Amino acid sequence: MRIVEKSQLMSATEIDRTVQRLAHEIAEKSGGTKNLGLIGIRRRGVPLAQRIALAMRGMEGVEVPVGTLDITLYRDDLSKVAAQPVLHSSEIPFGVDDKDLILVDDVLYTGRTVRAAMNGLFDLGRPQRVRLCVLVDRGHRELPIEASFVGRRVQTSGTEIIEVRLNEIDHEDRVMLVELV
Amino acid sequence: MPERLRHLLSIEPLTAAQINFVLDEAKPFQEFQRYPLKKLATLRGKSVALAFFEASTRTRISFATAAARLGADTLNLQAESSSLKKGESLLDTVRSLDAMKPDCIVMRHSSSGACEFVAKHLDIPVINAGDGSHEHPTQALLDALTLRDRLGTLEKLHVTILGDILHSRVARSNLHLLSKFGCCFTLCGPAMWLPREFETMGMPVRLTSRVDQALEGADAVIVLRVQEERLHEPALPLNEYILLYQLTPERLRRAKPGALVLHPGPMIRGLEIDPAVADGPQSCVLEQVTNGLAVRMALLFMLLGGGSESEPGKGSKHVAD
Repeated sequence: MRIVEKSQLMSATEIDRTVQRLAHEIAEKSGGTKNLGLIGIRRRGVPLAQRIALAMRGMEGVEVPVGTLDITLYRDDLSKVAAQPVLHSSEIPFGVDDKDLILVDDVLYTGRTVRAAMNGLFDLGRPQRVRLCVLVDRGHRELPIEASFVGRRVQTSGTEIIEVRLNEIDHEDRVMLVELV
Repeated sequence: MPERLRHLLSIEPLTAAQINFVLDEAKPFQEFQRYPLKKLATLRGKSVALAFFEASTRTRISFATAAARLGADTLNLQAESSSLKKGESLLDTVRSLDAMKPDCIVMRHSSSGACEFVAKHLDIPVINAGDGSHEHPTQALLDALTLRDRLGTLEKLHVTILGDILHSRVARSNLHLLSKFGCCFTLCGPAMWLPREFETMGMPVRLTSRVDQALEGADAVIVLRVQEERLHEPALPLNEYILLYQLTPERLRRAKPGALVLHPGPMIRGLEIDPAVADGPQSCVLEQVTNGLAVRMALLFMLLGGGSESEPGKGSKHVAD
C-alpha cells in the first residue's frame, strides 16, 4: 500500500479565504457573536477554530472563546485497533451551559467523530445549541449528521483520503486528495 | 511510544518513559473528575474483577469508582466473605473468578509476589493493588503524579520517607519509581524499621533515625502509616514514637520552603502526623486521593482499551503526528 497524491483541492490562499467566509457565515447566522463559543476537535479542528476566532476578531472586533476537545475516550472503534491510544486534555476555558457552540473539524466523513464530540460536549454541560463547521465535507456519512457550515464539498471514493495540512501542525497550508493504492 | 503494558505488577521493571506515559494518560482523567457528568462509556461491556484478599477500603473504592466512571462493571471478591476462609487455594479462587470472564483482575494480597504468581496463570491483565511488603504500584504512580503537578518535575528531587519503611510496599514502589528520575532519598524511622536492601541495590539512600536531620533540604516528605501492632514487635511505646518521629510544623520547617507532604492513608492524626501539618497548605493528602482515581482510570484504559489516533479513512491519519 502506498499513498498517491491525486490533486490539490485547496491552496494556502484558498484555505484562508474559506476560513474568512466561514467566520462571516457563522456570525451572520448566529445573530451576532455574543453567545458563541468555538470548539476545535483535536487535532486539526483546533487551529481551524483558532483561525475562525481570529477572523471574527478582525471583522466584528469581538473575542469568541475557543476550546479544544479530545474525543479519544468517546470513540466507538477503540476496541478494533491494537495500538495504544494517546489521550490529550480537552481544554474548554468557558462554561458550555446555554452557550451557542460551533464544533470545528477539518474533514466530515462518516460522522462518527462528530457523534463522539457531541457525547464529550454533553458531559460538560447543556449547550443551548450545537452546530458543526468543517473545512471539507467528503460525503459517505454513516450517521444522521450534517454540517451547518461547510468550506468545500468534495465527491470522493472510499479509497480516497482528504489530507488537510495546516501550518500550526504540518508547517504548510494545503488540502490534497490522495489515494491508497 | 514506550512498550505497551500487559499487566501492572510492580514499578521496578518499568522504564521512566513508561511511567511518564501513564502519568500523561492520567492528565485528561484528572480534568474529567471536575466534569459535572462523570460517566464515560469507553469501557462499556468490559468487567473488572476486584479481588482483595486483604482488607482495603480506599484502594478498592478508588478502583471501583475508576472502573464505573469508564463504564466498566465490577465483580467484587472480599476477603472476609471469600472461600479462602474455607480453605480454597489462591489459584483455585482466582481461576473460578476468571471463569466469570472478567477482562482484568485488580488484586491485593498479603503475600509478596502473589499478583505475579496469578498473572502467570491467567490470560487477562493483572493490576497489583498491593502485595505484602513488596509493591503498591498505583500508589507510587499517584504520588508521582501529585509531585510532578506541584513541583513541575520528578527529576532529581530529594525525598524523605518517614515511618515503617521495612514493612511498607508504598515506600518500596516509591523508591523504585522516583530513583528512575534521579531522585535521592532519606529514609527515617526507628532503626528496626530501616532496611538495608536499598543501599545494597545501589540506590542513593541515606538511613537515619534522627528526624530533624532527615528533613533537612527535602523537596517532599512521604509520611507512612504506623501500624500500632508493629510497634510491639520489638517494643517501642507509642508515645515515644510520637515524640521522636511525628511530623510536626516545627520539624517540617527544616525541609525546603513549600516542601510537599504526602501520606498514602489511612492517616492517623496525632500519631505519625500532627493535625496542623495534615491540614496545612503543604499537605497533598486529598489531592492524592483524586489523583489516585485519575491514575487508575488511565491504567484501566491502557490495559483494556485499544485504538488508534484518528477516524479511519477520514484523512490526516497517515500524517506523522
